[in-house]
Amino acid sequence: MEAISTRRELLFFALRNKKMRVGISIFTFFVVLAIVGPHLTGYDPLDYVGPGYHPPCREFWLGTTTFGQDVFTQLVYGLRASFFVGLLGGGIATIIGLIVGFFAGYRGGMIDEILMMMTNVMLVIPTLALLIIIAAYLPYRGILIESVIIGLTAWPWTARAVRAQTLSLKTREFVDLARISGMNSIRIIAEEIAPNMMSYIFMVFILQFGGAILSAVGLDFIGLGPTRGISIGIMMQQAVLWNAIQLGMWWWAIPPGLAITLIVGSLYFMNTGLDEVFNPKLREM
Amino acid sequence: MKVSLRVENLRIYYRTLRGYVKAVDGVSFEMGDEEVLGVAGESGCGKSTLGNSLILLKPPMTYMEGRVFLDGEEVPIWDNEKMRRFRYRRISIIPQYAMNALNPTKKLKVLMDDLLREHGSDFKSHTAEILRRLKMVNLPESVLNMYPIELSGGMKQRMVMVISTLMNPSLLIADEITSALDVSTQKAVIEMLLEFKSRGFVRKIFFITHDISVLYQIASSILVMYAGKLVEKASTDEILEKPFHPYTEMLISSLPKIGIKYGERKLKGIPGQPPPLLKPPEGCRFKDRCPYRHSKCDEEPPIVEISDDHVVSCWKYA
Amino acid sequence: MMVLENVTKIYRIGTFGGKRLKAVDDVSFEIDEGEIVSLIGESGSGKTTIGKMILRLIRPTSGRILFNGKDIGQFKKNELKDYYRKVQGVFQDPFSSYNPLYKVDRIFDIAREEFFPDIGRNEWKNRIEEKLRSVGLNPLEVLGKFPHQLSGGQLQRLLIARALVMNVRFLVADEIISMLDASTRIDVLNLLAELKDSGLSILFITHDLSLGYYISDKTVILYRGSIMEYGDTEKIFNSPAHPYTISLMESIPRIDERWRMRSAVIQGKEKSIRNGRMCKFYHRCFKGDESCVEPPLIEVEKDHFVRCSKIGT
Repeated sequence: MEAISTRRELLFFALRNKKMRVGISIFTFFVVLAIVGPHLTGYDPLDYVGPGYHPPCREFWLGTTTFGQDVFTQLVYGLRASFFVGLLGGGIATIIGLIVGFFAGYRGGMIDEILMMMTNVMLVIPTLALLIIIAAYLPYRGILIESVIIGLTAWPWTARAVRAQTLSLKTREFVDLARISGMNSIRIIAEEIAPNMMSYIFMVFILQFGGAILSAVGLDFIGLGPTRGISIGIMMQQAVLWNAIQLGMWWWAIPPGLAITLIVGSLYFMNTGLDEVFNPKLREM
Repeated sequence: MKVSLRVENLRIYYRTLRGYVKAVDGVSFEMGDEEVLGVAGESGCGKSTLGNSLILLKPPMTYMEGRVFLDGEEVPIWDNEKMRRFRYRRISIIPQYAMNALNPTKKLKVLMDDLLREHGSDFKSHTAEILRRLKMVNLPESVLNMYPIELSGGMKQRMVMVISTLMNPSLLIADEITSALDVSTQKAVIEMLLEFKSRGFVRKIFFITHDISVLYQIASSILVMYAGKLVEKASTDEILEKPFHPYTEMLISSLPKIGIKYGERKLKGIPGQPPPLLKPPEGCRFKDRCPYRHSKCDEEPPIVEISDDHVVSCWKYA
Repeated sequence: MMVLENVTKIYRIGTFGGKRLKAVDDVSFEIDEGEIVSLIGESGSGKTTIGKMILRLIRPTSGRILFNGKDIGQFKKNELKDYYRKVQGVFQDPFSSYNPLYKVDRIFDIAREEFFPDIGRNEWKNRIEEKLRSVGLNPLEVLGKFPHQLSGGQLQRLLIARALVMNVRFLVADEIISMLDASTRIDVLNLLAELKDSGLSILFITHDLSLGYYISDKTVILYRGSIMEYGDTEKIFNSPAHPYTISLMESIPRIDERWRMRSAVIQGKEKSIRNGRMCKFYHRCFKGDESCVEPPLIEVEKDHFVRCSKIGT
C-alpha cells in the first residue's frame, strides 16, 4: 500500500511540475503525429505527387518540395524514423552503458581498470568522426544500421555516470548484507543496485534518446544517412541542397528543424522536470 | 530566575500530502538567563523541530500558532524576513550535521566574510576576535586559508562552533552536536561549549540530544519531549533523582551505567513505539506504552506544577 | 572459534594511491564459543574494518583469520557459502541495511534461497515467526511491511532474527545500537546477551564503553589500528592500565557522576617528535616521553594485556 502511495506521490509531483507538463505535452504531440500522420496522408514520402514550389494549401498541408514531394508526408515519416533511431540507438547506448558501468563500479579492481580504459578511449575519440568513417565504409545503409552505429558509440558517458552511482550505492549496507547472504554479483547488481537507480536510468535513457535523434540528424544532414527512405535529417539536407531558404520556401526549410528542436527540447524539459520530481529537495511545495 | 526566553503554546507542523504532521504541538516553557537547557526525547519526538523553529522555518515546516519572546522582545518566527534581524546575531545554531554544513568550494576566510557581510559586517572588522577565538579552540591561524575538506572532523566541529558564536548570540541552539562523536571528543566539545558560555560568547544554550547522560554533564535543567508534547521539565538534579512522568522515569532507568552487568542486573527498555504524529491518539500520547494507564488518560493531560520550576504533564499528579 | 592472527589492513590513499594508511595494524585476538567480545574504539580506529574482514567483505593485507582452525581467506565458493551459513553480521544503520524497494521479508527469503533451499516454505515461515517472537517482535506487525514503515529498533531486531533463523554460530554486531533510541537500545542489548546464553559467539563493536561493559566477557581497546588493552572486561574496567583506556573511562558521560571539566579549552599538547616507531597514543598521552618506542603488549595480570612502555614504572 505504501509503495503504491509513494508511486502515486511521484505521479502527483510529476503532473504538477510545469517543466514535466510542457515536456510531456510537446513530446506526446509529436509521437501522436508520427503514429497518426502517415494514415492522414495518402502519399508516399518520396513520390512526386504534385506541382513543385507549392506553398501550404488544403491539398498539401505543408506545401511541396522543388520536385513536388509532399512536405507533410515527409515530415511524419521522418518523425517515425527519428523516433525509431532514438528508441533503438538510445536504447543500445543505455544498455551498454549500464552493463559496463555496473560491472566496473561493482567489481572494482582490474575489471574496473580495463572497462574504464575502454570507456575513456571511446570518450576521447570524436564520435562524429567515427560515425562518418563507419558510415562511409558501409555500401548499403538503412536506418537500422544507423541506429546501431549511434548506439555503439554513444555509451561511454553513461557508463561513467552509472559507475559513479554504483560506487556510491555499493557502500550501502544492504549490499554488504546481500554479499554475506551469498548472493552472486549479477544478482546483486540486478536486484539490489539497479532497481535503486531506476529513476536515474530513466533519465539517462531520455538523454540518450534525444542524443541519438540529434546524431542521426547530423549524419543524415551530411549525406551519410540511410541510402533509401526519408528522415528529418535528409529533409533538412535536401532543403539546404536545393536552396529552400534562398528561394523563400520556408515551408520546406523550417518544419523539420523546428520539429527536431521541439522534440529534443521537450526531452530536456522532461529530464530537468524529472530531476525535481525524484529529488524532493528540488520540489516546490 | 530571570526569564530570558519564553515560548508560549508553540505549534509547528509539517505539511505533507496526507495532512499535517504535528511535530511540535503546543509546547510552552521558559528558559533563564545564562542557562543551559537540555532537550531530551526519542528520535521523532519533535525536539529538533522545536530548536530549528526558533531560528528558521524551512518548508514544509509550517507555523501554526504560538509566541516566542527573547530578552523581553517578541521573536517573529513566522516571518522569515523579520527574522533576519535575529538570525545569527541574536539566535544562532550549530546544526545536527554541522561538519557537512560548510560550503566546500570556499576558503574558510571567504566563507566567514560572506556570512558576516550577510549580517551587515565583514571579516576585517572581526579579524582580531576571530584569531583570538581560533587560538582558544586550538586551531592554527592557517585554517582560515584552507578549504573545509582540508580539516579533520574534530577541527571542523570546532570551526563551526567559532563561526556560529562569532556575533555573541544571546541564544545558541546546539542540535545533537555530540551524538556522532566518540566519548573523548564528545567531552572536549562540551567543555569548549561551556568555556564559550563562561566567557560570554553565548548567554544561553538550548542543547538538544537523545542522550540524557550527556545532559547530566552540561544542562542546568532538562525538558523531556514525547511525540510533539512537553512531558516534563525540571532542574537536572531533580529530574534525574525523582522523575515524575512515567516516560522520564523509564527513559532514565533504561540507561546502561558502568558497574551494571547483564548477568547481575537486567535493565529494561520501554516497550512499543511512539505514535504516528500524522494522527496522534486522543489524550495522553504516551498512554499506549504506559504501565499506569487508566481511563482518564484518554483526555488531554493537564500540565501540573509539582514544585517551583518542575512541571509534568500527566494525570497521575492532577 | 574465531582467531585473528597478526591481521593488518593497509589502504592506499591520496590522488595516486601514494600514501598508505594502516587501518588495522597487527591485530591478534580470539573469540571463544559462547563468548561476547567488545571491540571498543573511536571512529577511525579500525574496528569496523576488523568486523568487515571477519565477514570477508574486505581482505586483510596480511595476517590470517581462522574459523574453527581454517583460514577464511582460502575459502572457495562452497566453503564460503558454508562459512556465511554460520557467520553473519548486523550493521550500524538499520535503515541502510534494507533495500528500500523491497518488503522486509526479503531478507528471510534470500536466506532460504541461498542457504536452505531444501526447507519448505511453510516450515521456513514457521521458523521465522518463532524467531521473531523470540526477539520480541509480533510477526503480524512486521512481516509484509516496507523498511520505512518500521522503526530502527524493529529493523535491527529483524536482522538479529534472520541470524537466528539461520541458526548461525557467530555474529558480528557492528555498532548495532548506536542509531537506536535509549528506550529500545537496552532491549536489543539484552537480546544479544540472551543469545550468548544459547551458545552464540558475538563480536560486539562499539564506541560506547558502558554498553560494552554491560554485556561482554572480554574487551579489546583499539586505538588507530592497534590493540592498546585487551582482556577480561571486569579487569579492564576496574583497573584500566593504559592511559588511553583511562582517558576513555573519564570521558564516559555518566548519570551518577559529573565530569571533572578542565578549565582551559586548549586540550592535548602537541608533541613534536615525529618517529614512525613511537607509540600511537604518544601525542595525546599525559605520561608519554621519548622512551615510548614500539611498546609491546604486556600481560599485567592474568587475562589482562596492555600496550604501554610506562607499565610498572
